[in-house]
Amino acid sequence: MNWKAFLAMLSRDAHVARRNFVPMVMQTMLQPMLFTFVFGRVLVSGGMMTQSYQDLLIPGVMAITMLMTGVMGVAMPLIAEFQFSREIEDRLLAPMAIEWLAVEKILGGMIQALAAGAVVAPAAWLVLGRGTAVSFSNVAQFACIAILVAMMSSAGGLLLGCSVGQTQIGLLFSMVLAPMIMFGCAYYPWSALAAFPVVQKLVLINPLVYASEGLRGTMTPHVPHMDLALVIGVLAVMNIALIALGLNRFVKKAVG
Amino acid sequence: MTASIRTRDLRKVYDSPAPFAAGIAGYSPMGTPGPKGKAKKSEVIALDGLSLDIEPGVIFGLLGPNGAGKSTTVGILTTRVRPTSGDAQVCGIDVWKEQVRAKRLIGVVQQRPNLDFSLTAREILSFHAAYFGIGSAERAKHAAELLERFQLSSRADELVRGFSGGMMQRLSIARAMMHNPQVLFLDEPSTGLDPQTRLLLWEIIREYNKSGKTVLLTTHNMEEADALCSRIAIVDHGKTIALGSPTELKQSIPGGYLIRARFSGASETLAAKLRQLPGVSEVNADGGGIDIYASRGGPLVGAVVEAASGAGLDLLDVHISEPSLENLFLHHTGRSLRQ
Repeated sequence: MNWKAFLAMLSRDAHVARRNFVPMVMQTMLQPMLFTFVFGRVLVSGGMMTQSYQDLLIPGVMAITMLMTGVMGVAMPLIAEFQFSREIEDRLLAPMAIEWLAVEKILGGMIQALAAGAVVAPAAWLVLGRGTAVSFSNVAQFACIAILVAMMSSAGGLLLGCSVGQTQIGLLFSMVLAPMIMFGCAYYPWSALAAFPVVQKLVLINPLVYASEGLRGTMTPHVPHMDLALVIGVLAVMNIALIALGLNRFVKKAVG
Repeated sequence: MTASIRTRDLRKVYDSPAPFAAGIAGYSPMGTPGPKGKAKKSEVIALDGLSLDIEPGVIFGLLGPNGAGKSTTVGILTTRVRPTSGDAQVCGIDVWKEQVRAKRLIGVVQQRPNLDFSLTAREILSFHAAYFGIGSAERAKHAAELLERFQLSSRADELVRGFSGGMMQRLSIARAMMHNPQVLFLDEPSTGLDPQTRLLLWEIIREYNKSGKTVLLTTHNMEEADALCSRIAIVDHGKTIALGSPTELKQSIPGGYLIRARFSGASETLAAKLRQLPGVSEVNADGGGIDIYASRGGPLVGAVVEAASGAGLDLLDVHISEPSLENLFLHHTGRSLRQ
């Protein structure tokens, strides 16, 4: 394994991310913050939502932000780099097995997703008026879930980025990401779907469900959530599947 | 001495639609549609058993029309297109068994510039060298030298998005030279360059070759192949149809001169008469058009006109060309390189 090439590519991505920092932050952070303000503050202070809804919101918003950052941070550049201009060529010709370039993309996306999560959670806490009870008592458990969520987001980004063409980006949002967010149990706990048993079963294929429920379980354990051991197990299996599929797609797309 | 580049019976069959990397190879999908119900599926044979031996330290040209298999050959030798069968070696290393080792030895300039649009010209060179493990001081020095050599210094710190096609092409070549590869692959390097830049590029390629490096370039420009290459393979339909130095190849054209004549009608008698003319070594007739390979050009036209009127035909058009690679290609395939 050629670590020098791997680190050089990671530093290339960091360099580009720094250059695009402001638009990237706006793209991933603005929407969750506005949502937090409207649902967590406006509706709660207007009496349309109960105070306890705020507790539910922070882990959900964190899960969505991490998901979007990981997916966008990997998929969007990949889609562009694999297009007509084929900007990725130079890195495919570097003296490193091309699978490692895909691994580098996953690692880069994970770092971005973790950074976005680390910023959005305290920001949401501030927007909500600092009154919510968020706990980080089990640091190892929190770190494990956060890392699995970040990995899932960027591995999903790799798979989507290698499966979708530039002309289908609109569809990616409306057909994949929007339903994932709506049925990702980010704005409500999974148990709230009990009234819709079919939907409750169907959403189990959505990785965001486990991200939201997992973060909820570790950050706000008093809110109803899935069993954390189960969440960690499913996230791990989903990660393995997404990485395997993503690497496979990447290699197929890269070599003729 | 180990050949710098060696291929044995390389075959590549693309399934349509062409994958991403087929685009790399400059290949545009075509071919016959398959059976009903699978109308979109078609196979394209891009390489049909291509074998090459290229000695170290030469500038080797792959000459052929579009779709001949030149870019696919480069794609296979540079780890970018997987061969359907056959062997490909660079400096004794099997490209498809030891990809990483092979990639260290090669520099590649693809047909279309594929620069990293998120970076400036200097950063592109510097990151490229970093991928090859070159230290930062050496990277900066070499990047500055190449930017100067390729006349890009004044815009070195701009994003390449706004560069002209010629500038992008120059930067692509500079990038391929950044890690000082043993073998440099240039796929149609002078496409889209103005004459002045083309001459600069040729000079740089010769210089690079003088330092002992092997250069493989593909082109459909005979002038370029003639000016740069010490050896040439002419390829068509995925096969080598002629191989040698430009002089050898030109000498192999029967007669040397080619007279392409068009008459008011077709006549076997005329073709037979023309074959009898002194200096004529080969006559290929196709309807009213006749190609005459001969040891003389202009002086033969009078005799051709005479022979035509003897056969009751008029000479409508005549074109004389001197010995050239174009004629050689025409001789082997019956088609012009530009077709």
